[in-house]
Amino acid sequence: MDIQEKIRQQIAADPVVLYMKGTPDFPLCGFSAAVVQVLRRCGLKDFAAYNVLEDESLRQGIKEYANWPTIPQLYIKGEFIGGADIVREMYESGELQELLKEAGVLA
Amino acid sequence: MLEPERVVALRRRLQALEPLELEIHDDSAAHAGHAGAAGGGHYRVRIVSPRFAGLSRVQRHRLVFAAAGDLMQRGVHALAITALAPGE
Repeated sequence: MDIQEKIRQQIAADPVVLYMKGTPDFPLCGFSAAVVQVLRRCGLKDFAAYNVLEDESLRQGIKEYANWPTIPQLYIKGEFIGGADIVREMYESGELQELLKEAGVLA
Repeated sequence: MLEPERVVALRRRLQALEPLELEIHDDSAAHAGHAGAAGGGHYRVRIVSPRFAGLSRVQRHRLVFAAAGDLMQRGVHALAITALAPGE
């Protein structure tokens, strides 16, 4: 399967999808760790996470998919939200929590 | 102040956004050798530009990435961005 099609399916399959370096329990990059921490602080128990370090085609493909040159990348309800800085700013302003509630993943 | 070559190159490219303020911090030393860094530098940019007025965060970051251009593929591993319009 084409990597772009695979990414489209991954993003459609779960309400919250994170492309990161490492895994939520063992992040291998401070920026990826920061996004995981923010999601957990929002009260999110579970989300889909894909480790780009395990798949070079995914690592390149996700940059092209969002036209965004860095990882991590967060998607909510199929929509690209941003990287670590944007996710942190949106958490601090409360926008992220609102988005997660709208997505039906927060009580 | 003497700046490393990459900071100078980044500063030059970001001038395309006509910044009123532009601070670039080199955090590379704190990240040297971590998994996935692939030898690239870690930089933190705070930029204030009228170009950002009325744009979303994603749009602002895309402008910064576009201005950084080829540096995002060679030399810059991570770029933390604070992008503000004047008065924010």
